[in-house]
Amino acid sequence: MLAHLPILQVIVPLMAAPACLILRRPQLVWMFTLLASAIAFIISILLLQQVMQTGTISYELGGWSPPWGIEYRIDKLNAFIALIISGVSTVVLVAAQTSIEKEIPQEKHTLFYILYLLSLTGMLGIVTTGDAFNVFVFLEISSLSAYSLIALGRDRRALWASFQYLIMGTIGATFILIGIGLMYQMTGTLNMADLATRLPEVAETRTVTTAYVFFIVGVCLKLALFPLHLWLPNAYAHAPSIVTAFFAATSTKVAAYLLIRFTFSIFGVSFSFTTLPMEMVFLTLGLLGIFVASTVAIYQDNIKHVFAYSSVAQIGYMIVGFSMSTNAGLSAMLLHVFNHALMKGALFLALGAVMLRVGSTQLKDFQGLGRQMPLTMAAIVVGGLSLIGVPLTVGFVSKWYLVVAALEKGWWPVAGLVLLASLLAVVYVWRIVETAYFKAPLAPIAGKERVKEAPMAFLLPVWMLVSANVYFGLDTRLSVEVATAAAQSLFGVAP
Amino acid sequence: MNLSLATLLQFCILLPIFATLGIVALRRHQNLREAVSIGASVLVFYAVVTIYLGVDAGETITVHWLQVLPELSVSFSVEPLGVIFSLIASFLWFVTIIYSIGYMRGHNEDHQTRFFCCFAIAIGSVMGVAFADNLFTLFIFYEVLTLSTYPLVTHSGTEGAKKGGRTYLGILLGTSVAFFLFAILGTWVVAGRLDFTPGGVFPAEANTTLLGIILVLFIFGIGKAAIMPFHRWLPAAMVAPTPVSALLHAVAVVKAGVFTVMKVGVFIFGLDLLVVLPTTQFLLYLAGASVLLASFVAMRQDNLKARLAYSTVSQLGYITIGLLLATSSGVIASSMNIAMHAFGKITLFFCAGAILVAAHKSNISEMRGLGRQMPFTMVAFFIGSLSIIGLPPTGGTWSKWYLLMATLETEQLIIMAILMLSSLLNIAYLMPIPFHAFFSNIPAKNEHGEFAAKVQIKEAPMASLIAIGIAALGCLVLFIYPNPLHELASAILEPQQLTHGN
Repeated sequence: MLAHLPILQVIVPLMAAPACLILRRPQLVWMFTLLASAIAFIISILLLQQVMQTGTISYELGGWSPPWGIEYRIDKLNAFIALIISGVSTVVLVAAQTSIEKEIPQEKHTLFYILYLLSLTGMLGIVTTGDAFNVFVFLEISSLSAYSLIALGRDRRALWASFQYLIMGTIGATFILIGIGLMYQMTGTLNMADLATRLPEVAETRTVTTAYVFFIVGVCLKLALFPLHLWLPNAYAHAPSIVTAFFAATSTKVAAYLLIRFTFSIFGVSFSFTTLPMEMVFLTLGLLGIFVASTVAIYQDNIKHVFAYSSVAQIGYMIVGFSMSTNAGLSAMLLHVFNHALMKGALFLALGAVMLRVGSTQLKDFQGLGRQMPLTMAAIVVGGLSLIGVPLTVGFVSKWYLVVAALEKGWWPVAGLVLLASLLAVVYVWRIVETAYFKAPLAPIAGKERVKEAPMAFLLPVWMLVSANVYFGLDTRLSVEVATAAAQSLFGVAP
Repeated sequence: MNLSLATLLQFCILLPIFATLGIVALRRHQNLREAVSIGASVLVFYAVVTIYLGVDAGETITVHWLQVLPELSVSFSVEPLGVIFSLIASFLWFVTIIYSIGYMRGHNEDHQTRFFCCFAIAIGSVMGVAFADNLFTLFIFYEVLTLSTYPLVTHSGTEGAKKGGRTYLGILLGTSVAFFLFAILGTWVVAGRLDFTPGGVFPAEANTTLLGIILVLFIFGIGKAAIMPFHRWLPAAMVAPTPVSALLHAVAVVKAGVFTVMKVGVFIFGLDLLVVLPTTQFLLYLAGASVLLASFVAMRQDNLKARLAYSTVSQLGYITIGLLLATSSGVIASSMNIAMHAFGKITLFFCAGAILVAAHKSNISEMRGLGRQMPFTMVAFFIGSLSIIGLPPTGGTWSKWYLLMATLETEQLIIMAILMLSSLLNIAYLMPIPFHAFFSNIPAKNEHGEFAAKVQIKEAPMASLIAIGIAALGCLVLFIYPNPLHELASAILEPQQLTHGN
């Protein structure tokens, strides 16, 4: 059984998806989905443990040995990412039933869970597979289900947002496919490990450069790296709250994973950063993304938009770490991938609670919520502090590693800019705090009852994520250890 | 009770934080709730005194809490400067709580539970700052202090409070993240360690230009030390209830700032290194300018609390100057001034609050003749002013004395002239207040043309008066009996000096 964990990671949610159709009753479907996701979470914990102890696991699908058969290859990097995805997915699902009851029509509940599981399958598949074409297949599974999930949002703008994402996402996927195709043309293999050994032989050719660029542009589109982020804010703002919480914490992380995997393990550092000027490209885009997106976030009136733009900015931080192409920089990036999942998961889920009770996430509707929903607002405050990077939260740990990495590389101005940018986060977080705590609640509209605190089913997962923000800000053993080990293994240094 | 000093040390930090649980639990019973605060403050003060008496020369007490990042842990240790700071903070916490009980009830403030909770958390973090064993720990508690005092500054919830709170948080959080954290990280990359070490942590071959820049980042980044141009938060914080201004914005928060500056100067850079850095002289003049300008601004303020706030900005400059002179008498002067200014300024703020509660006045121009109505308060105000100016028979004399000695030793004559001039300015903006209160005549008719009623003595509530008395007495006692303080201050550089008066 243990030997089959790599495939079980993907197959459990995949098989669970059609099984939902048999159950039909929404309550049952929800519990079943939660169970499937929890199993996936347990599997990823076991996998991470196994990888940390014994090193990379190679699993041959159907007994066909690579490079002919499809290989599932689990190392520290993807075990870590899979843990984040399945963990957040499980916690978010706890609140799903309560949330979608208000946001999605009853008859679509089963559909919602099926799509959710498929999306989870896709993400876990991208992460675990060791085959480049398999990546594309799972990418399409996760993307198609994502478009439909977003379209389930309760007003018509969701359709437009979903369509926008569909167009952009398809362009991205096409670019990725072209990239993979060109790689296959040059090397005749699709297995990642095999690609890594064969590509250097032909690295001088223009085709390989083209392949890399196509692939990277496609991935950056999925990653929502500035300036390819245009699909993200609307998609996050108009999707059902649960979907936003799930995607904000996970989907861009998958793209970040692909970026790391292809740049470091397949094409190699020397190709991407010495032959090609990727360092300057990524550094510039990362910094621009941080500043532009943070500034735009300050001027948004819908809080979902605020945090969506903040996500774009946070991706900028990850990319700055990535652009350093050093061990420390990559560790900082991976750490931020983990930490950002915790922050945004907590924040968007808390916004889901606000949506449930208030029915809107416009800034003006936050007036007086500090009194009416104290626990939810406290969660948003802690999540916001984490986003700013206040000590004792995960945000601080990320920032610390990122700035130290920049200083070690001798990039003093970059370090200064990164710190300066966190002040922009103070502004957009504090707009919410001031509105919620200092303004009197809006006068109750006749026939509408007073806003109550969110139900337990919501507060529990929200506070689980919020406490994770604090816990991993204090006890960084798991996140730092795994992130640095993963970074080290990518640089070929045995930990 | 026979607790080890290490246990007591943790006790000092945790007790105020756990006291909030008691305060929240007893929120419906005012008297019991305040009893929790008083009890906690007495215990903390007792613990700090025990630590002070228990630490012998050269002995170190260290407590490790947790390893947050590899090689960076939250840990605490006892060291004379920290002992001075924690003694003052915990003693004045006790005094302030007594005062606040009178003030908050006399003034019918809302949200008193939240007030006392945040107060306790703030004091807990002050203890964390005081006993921090490394910059990392210090930074954590420094930020917690900022965040826990934010609800106190915006206590009234009005538009003005919100605006003040925004400035407060913006500047303190902004400088600490953009400069202070940057300086800490720079130190970490250059020196590879952040623990406070006598003589500094930087390797001898480090580039002095780079270190000079890091020093500038530290001085600007420690916004709580209120060196101009990053002083605006302090006047902005005056929208808070007076006990908050008194304890936090005359003692705990600002002193946490200068305390951090001193810790960085003495234990991260080391005095020998400070002297040779290219930016030290520039920072000295900057602090000097801060001293003078703030005094000038103070003279123009009619609101009593605003005037006191600018006076604080000026006095904090003294402490920074003392450190940057980088001599042992400079350090002694600065650390003594931390205590002297604390007692003097808290007395003045207590008086300002008492005047607000009893006479409902906050502008200086309205305080003529007030001495007849509130003689006790105004006498205390006079004593507090003397201590700020540095005149006998108050404690402020000693710190000013040592500071002038240090400027002479280092031949910083311009700085000396600035200090002398500033003392004159202090007299000019503080002395007229008690003077007019006692010797000016009350206008015979008020603005409605009615004859004023016969003046009766009407002081603030008893609890507040007791607190004012204790604080003013403190100013006097420190003049007569400065020895323990001086001894602790000398022990910062030479630990063998610590003999507990034997």
